[in-house]
Amino acid sequence: MTSILTEPFFQRALLAGIAVALVSGPVGCFIVWRRMAYFGESLAHSGLLGVGLGLLFSFNVTLGAVVTAVVLALLLLALRRQQGLATDTLLGILSHTALALGLIVVGLATGAASDHMDILFGDVLTVSTYDVWAVWIGAGVVLASLALMWRDLIATSVHEELARAEGVKVERVELGFILLIAVMTAIAMKIVGLLLITALMVIPAAAARRMATTPESMAFIAAAIAGLSVISGLLASAFIGGASGPCVVLAASCFFALTLAVPQAS
Amino acid sequence: MLKANDALLSARDVTLNLNGRLILDHVNLDVRRGEIVTVIGPNGAGKSTLVRVMLGLRPLTSGRIERQANLNVGYVPQQFPQTANVPMNVKRLLSLTLKPSDKDIDRALDEVGIAHLKEARVASLSGGELQRALLARALLRKPDLLVLDEPVQAVDFFGEMKLYELISGIRKSHGCGILMVSHDLHMVMAESDHVVCLNGHVCCEGGPEKVQQDPEFAKLFGPSAARMIAAYAHHHDHDHEPHEHHHHHDHKH
Repeated sequence: MTSILTEPFFQRALLAGIAVALVSGPVGCFIVWRRMAYFGESLAHSGLLGVGLGLLFSFNVTLGAVVTAVVLALLLLALRRQQGLATDTLLGILSHTALALGLIVVGLATGAASDHMDILFGDVLTVSTYDVWAVWIGAGVVLASLALMWRDLIATSVHEELARAEGVKVERVELGFILLIAVMTAIAMKIVGLLLITALMVIPAAAARRMATTPESMAFIAAAIAGLSVISGLLASAFIGGASGPCVVLAASCFFALTLAVPQAS
Repeated sequence: MLKANDALLSARDVTLNLNGRLILDHVNLDVRRGEIVTVIGPNGAGKSTLVRVMLGLRPLTSGRIERQANLNVGYVPQQFPQTANVPMNVKRLLSLTLKPSDKDIDRALDEVGIAHLKEARVASLSGGELQRALLARALLRKPDLLVLDEPVQAVDFFGEMKLYELISGIRKSHGCGILMVSHDLHMVMAESDHVVCLNGHVCCEGGPEKVQQDPEFAKLFGPSAARMIAAYAHHHDHDHEPHEHHHHHDHKH
C-alpha cells in the first residue's frame, strides 16, 4: 500500500483527483438542488463524441469533450424553447445520439480493438503531468466562476421565477452553469470516466444534504466527501488493479450509506 | 373611470396565444395604490398566466403592460417547493436577492407574525408559515405593489382568514396596491376593492357586490357559489339582503 503512494503515476492521479473532487462537490450540490442529474449525465455522455473527433482529427480530446458538451447544451436550450417535447425526452434523443456517434467515431479512430475503455471508466495510468496542470487550472476556473455566480445561482435554484421577478438574469445564470458542467465533465474524464461523472457529483452532494444547514456548508461537506471518495477509490483501484471510476463511485456510495446513520439536520 | 395613468400596473388588451390556444383574450386590468384587486376564476382560466405576463415573466402575443417608472414589486408566487431542496433558514430565504439588515428582517417577520421562526429551517415550515415568510420577503422590498398568487393555498380555513386579515392590514399600513389571484371566493369578496372574474377573457368585473350579482359570475361559478358568497358578504353589507339568504347568514354566525 505504501509503495503505491510513492509511484509518480499514482501521485499524479491523486493530485488530479483531488482537484476534480473539489469541483464535483459544489457543482453536484446545484445538480441536486435543481434536479438536473439526468441533464448532467447526458452532457457527460455526449463528451465521448468530442473525444472521438479529437482522436480522429488529432486535436486535444479534453477540448473536444468540452466543445461537444457545450454544443449539446446549447442545442438543448434552443430546442426547449420550442416547447414541443419534454426536456427529458429531448435529452434522451440528443445525448444517446451523441453517445452512439461517439462510440462509432472512437471505434473508427482507434481501430476495431478499441482500448479506449479508459475514457468511459477512467484510468489513473493515463494521467500525465500535463493533465494534472489542466485539471487544476480547469478546477480553478470552475470554482472562481461558481463563486462569482453563487448568489444568483442559489436564488435561481430556490425558485427560478421568483429570482427572475426580483431581477436575477436567469438565462445568463443557467447558461453559465451549463458551461461549468461541460468543463467539469472534461476535467473529470480521466479520473472517473465519462459514464460515471454524474455519480461523483450527485452522490457526495446527496450525502452532504443530510448534514448541511446552509447551501455553503452543503457544498463544503460535498467537496470533502468527494475528496475522500477519490482518495479511497484510487487506492482501492490500485490495490485491485481495476478501473478507477467504478472504485471512486463505489467509495462515494459507501460514504453515502454511512451518512444514512447520521440523524438528518433538517 | 379614473384616468389610466394613475395605475401602478396595467394590462392593456393583453392577449396570449399558446400553440393555437387562446389563454388570455384582450384582458384589461389596472391596479392602483391602496387598492386590492382580486382576479378570480376557475382552474385553467389563465389567472396565474395573467400575473406572470403582467410581471414581465413571460411574453405576450399582443397588447401591452404599462408599469409605473421605478415600481417596486413584491411577488409571492403560486408554487413554492415546500420541501425546498436547498438547505436554509428563514433569515437566509429573506436575503436571497436582497441584503437586508437584521433589523429589517426582524421587523418584516414581526409584521407577518413569525418573528420566532427567523432561524427555523424553511423545509420545516407549515404551509401557512411559509406563506407568511414569503410575504415578509416581499415586504422587505418596500413594495409599491404586492402581487400574491393564491396566497392561502395549503393553509387551513382558520389560517386562511388570518392571512386575509394580514394582507388587508398590509394594504393599510404600507399603502401599497395589491394584485391577488384566488380561486377561493369567500373572503376575497370581503377584502377586495375590485374583483375581476377571468375565464380567458374578463367575464365581469367591479366591486364585490356588483360582481356577485352579475349573471356572468353565476354562469362561471354556478348559482350556489353566488349564493354562498352573498351569504358571506352579508356582514359587510347589511343593506341589501335578499330574503332567501337569511338562513345562511344566521347559520354562519
